[in-house]
Amino acid sequence: MDAPHIGIENLTIAYGDREVLHKVSLAVPRNSIFGIIGPAGSAKTSLLTCINRTIEFSGEAKVGGRVTLDGEDVRTLDVSDLRRRVAMVLPLPVGLPMSVYENVAFAPRRVGIRRKADLDLIVERCLTQSAVWDEVKDRLDMLGTRLSGGQQQRLALARALSTDPEVLCLDEFSIAIDPVTTMRIEAVLTELKAQMTIVMVTNLLQQARRIADVTAFMLNGELVEVARTTDLFIFAKDRRTNEYLTGRFG
Amino acid sequence: MSDGDTRLPIEPLEVRHRREGLVHLALTAAIALAAVPALAIVLFIAYKGAPAISLGFFTEMPMAGMTQGGILPAIVGTLWLVGVSLLFSVPIGILAGVYLSEYAGRSLLARGVDMAIVNLAGVPSIVHALFGLGAFVLFLDFGTSILSGGLTLGVMTLPVIITSTKAAMQSVPHTFRVACWNLGATRWQTIWHVVLPNALPGILTGVILQVSRSAGETAPVLFTGAAFYLPILPTSVWNQTMALSMHVYALVTQVPKVPEATKYATALVLLGVVLCFNSFAIVLRTYLRRNRRW
Repeated sequence: MDAPHIGIENLTIAYGDREVLHKVSLAVPRNSIFGIIGPAGSAKTSLLTCINRTIEFSGEAKVGGRVTLDGEDVRTLDVSDLRRRVAMVLPLPVGLPMSVYENVAFAPRRVGIRRKADLDLIVERCLTQSAVWDEVKDRLDMLGTRLSGGQQQRLALARALSTDPEVLCLDEFSIAIDPVTTMRIEAVLTELKAQMTIVMVTNLLQQARRIADVTAFMLNGELVEVARTTDLFIFAKDRRTNEYLTGRFG
Repeated sequence: MSDGDTRLPIEPLEVRHRREGLVHLALTAAIALAAVPALAIVLFIAYKGAPAISLGFFTEMPMAGMTQGGILPAIVGTLWLVGVSLLFSVPIGILAGVYLSEYAGRSLLARGVDMAIVNLAGVPSIVHALFGLGAFVLFLDFGTSILSGGLTLGVMTLPVIITSTKAAMQSVPHTFRVACWNLGATRWQTIWHVVLPNALPGILTGVILQVSRSAGETAPVLFTGAAFYLPILPTSVWNQTMALSMHVYALVTQVPKVPEATKYATALVLLGVVLCFNSFAIVLRTYLRRNRRW
């Protein structure tokens, strides 16, 4: 197998004295969907925020070990540049308080893309990729915050794609949206993995089962097991994985 | 209660209704008590001052020991003083408020500075006046001038502008900032393109309230910039000038034989100027909120 796209090595996270993630190591292969499942409190989100260093917002978080992107420690990269390479979609849809068009053009503009024609192309591409173009193409001037929840989440996805990222992180993206929209986004993700690596934290076991190529099971801040999704769901090696997957807890 | 009846005794519906009614009554009474004096002041001043109001009152210099003529230099002087104070306090106040909200964090020092500024907002205006006299008039040697008076007013209004800017910035949901940072936007890009535009109505409210306060305060300009009687219009910030607030004070306490109506008319004009500033602010804020974004 190729060198992993994202390498997580002995990652440890503590908030104050409370260690929430203990020495986790993972290798995320390129152009795959990497699912992370586990009950609440297993530090899935914290792990995700280490990849694009948004963990640095919570001042008291202490991070040990390292995360690499193409073999480079993410802490050696420029943080703005890193976040353009590693996009993030959050659980609750956030429409920025500006028009639909400007929501998607926001990140490209910040790096100096100004020509209307260039921006038009990016906006249409991203909104199409995130399966919301047909619904908003006639009202690009409308405030992003006025869209429905499901549309706003696809807008958030379009925004994330606007930087042409090589990694897309999704943190329980379907928690606040309807099943139909969820299925549409899942279909989008399976297409997008040809262009990028996707890391998907989810509470929905069946979601991981449907679209993840590899799935990791985390419990109480530890990595219990990681395997190809088909293998994990049929022959989990660890008893705890089996109990979680069969619904005996969690 | 008979045996076996486990229902809890509940308050009769009428009792709850009566309590609702009482609360409603108390709240209505409170707002009436607050509104009546305010309205009474305006009406009283308008009634007493109206006879002296004429076009000449706005366009003429005071004459005959201020007992006749108009109050033009006082109106113009107040505009100058407020203008200079705004040029000083608005840029500095907004930038400082942005710093406190977005960059300062929660360190001990930051909290100390924060508390100091909040307390500074409560310092009486006469203390600011003495500071202005010492700092601008004497130490920096600006003399008694519009510059000194304006800067003194600026120093007085600065803490409130900082505090209200900070509050307006903090009322913009944090999730917007996180969403921007996740896109690789820098801290300043996020502030400039997302936080500030949405905080603007709130910032403006703070600024405008301070404009009316600057126009109305007498003490800060008493020693620093306002002249008792100076029937010429200022031409630069180095001039002394008359001011409306000071003029009311002079007419009421210092000058003999001023017709009663002239005093009230001057107060009425001061009230009008402040009201103009305020309605301008309200219109602007309504306009900005019309495309309120979330």
